[in-house]
Amino acid sequence: MSKIFTTPLAKNNPITVQVLGICSCLAVTAQLKPAFVMALSVTVVVALANLIISCLRNTIPPRIRIIVQLVVVSALVILVNQVLMAFVYDVSKQLSVYVGLIITNCIVMGRLEAFAMSRKPMESLLDGIGNGLGYGVILVILGFVRELFGSGTLWGYPVMEKLGLYNIGYENNGLVIMAPMALILVGVIIWIQRTKDKDLQED
Amino acid sequence: MKNFSNKYIFLYSALLVAIVAVILSVVAMGLKERQDNNIRNEKMQVLLQAINVNVTRDEAAVNYQQYFDQELTVATDGSILSVWNVKESKMEKGDVRAFEIKLKEQQNIEKSGAQGAFPVYVFTKDGRKGYVIPTQGNGLWGAIFSNIALDEDLNTVIGVTFSHESETPGLGAEITTEKFQAPFIGKQILDENGQVISIAVKKNADANGMHEVDAITGGTMTSNGVNEMLATDLMRYQKFIDATRAAAAPQENTAVEEAANEEEVNHE
Repeated sequence: MSKIFTTPLAKNNPITVQVLGICSCLAVTAQLKPAFVMALSVTVVVALANLIISCLRNTIPPRIRIIVQLVVVSALVILVNQVLMAFVYDVSKQLSVYVGLIITNCIVMGRLEAFAMSRKPMESLLDGIGNGLGYGVILVILGFVRELFGSGTLWGYPVMEKLGLYNIGYENNGLVIMAPMALILVGVIIWIQRTKDKDLQED
Repeated sequence: MKNFSNKYIFLYSALLVAIVAVILSVVAMGLKERQDNNIRNEKMQVLLQAINVNVTRDEAAVNYQQYFDQELTVATDGSILSVWNVKESKMEKGDVRAFEIKLKEQQNIEKSGAQGAFPVYVFTKDGRKGYVIPTQGNGLWGAIFSNIALDEDLNTVIGVTFSHESETPGLGAEITTEKFQAPFIGKQILDENGQVISIAVKKNADANGMHEVDAITGGTMTSNGVNEMLATDLMRYQKFIDATRAAAAPQENTAVEEAANEEEVNHE
């Protein structure tokens, strides 16, 4: 049981191993806060979608299973968006279009197809949370690095300024806030992970 | 794999969609009032921000009534179509409250050749009258908005706010930061002849120039959008600005112009 939860965090990480959800991971990680809220939203959506689909799995006709999954995911995403708009309006504004784009996140559909359609509800819930967090960990790492070196802040707090680095000639790196840098950073993370974990190395 | 009849598939999908539709509409209706309230309060909060009054969203409604006097609806020909008295919450003229106007609709009306109606908010702060002009344009991914607060001369910028629908965080979305907005303060939207020339957003702007500010690194498309938005939307108020300035200082006109000219010389 615990393996279901932990493998997606490292050994079968959705971003670095399955290479899913790269799009949104490039788009929302220029700053830490949106990256964090996005990670949280995706976790909620994957976990609940996994749970619901797993409960329904024996009643879903295989021929329309993708449509059923899509309806469930869209409904959840709209709910998340509505709740964010009503209760944490500021955060919902910051995430703007990306919340809606969770629907197209490959991780969600991928987990439903590969796991929830054939496993029990509790396992599916765990798998969803694990994958959401596995995705989230990478997002937060990227957000941390990119905001720190790109804008010199963390969660909006001016770290570099407080350290007085600007006074000795330090400058923010504009390249880090561009999307290509996120891809390079993901590459670096994959590199580090594969160096440490021999199982992941391919011939 | 189990076999499902066509009838089952049809019923199943119809039922599923119906259930989802019911859930979503119940939630949407239940949360609507909260969301609308958030949006109205936020609009007031942003207008207050433009005049450098920073309050939380919950305090916005009270403060709005305290600082703002009137909401005007202005036609492009300079005529005032409606006046809403904020302090007493009543219409003094016309029947459309400027607060409820959707800029996009009016811009489309204008585009189709008819005359649109655009809002102006009149406020008093520290005993000085001023005007807030809202604008809306297009950034890279979606709409961008701003509020320009002008001093009583309808020329000098005393505060701005920018917001956006979906610009890229860290790049175009930086228009909402203090770093981008602060340089606008003190700039002028009119040239020495009283013509609207707006404030240009460009690379390597001259910090002493009265009509330009620095663009955002990595946010060129959004910066261009801001530039375009300000130029187009401020232009619409030319006649209103002329009329208000003329009415405010009929005798001092020459004196003001002389002072402005003198300032120009000093800058050079």
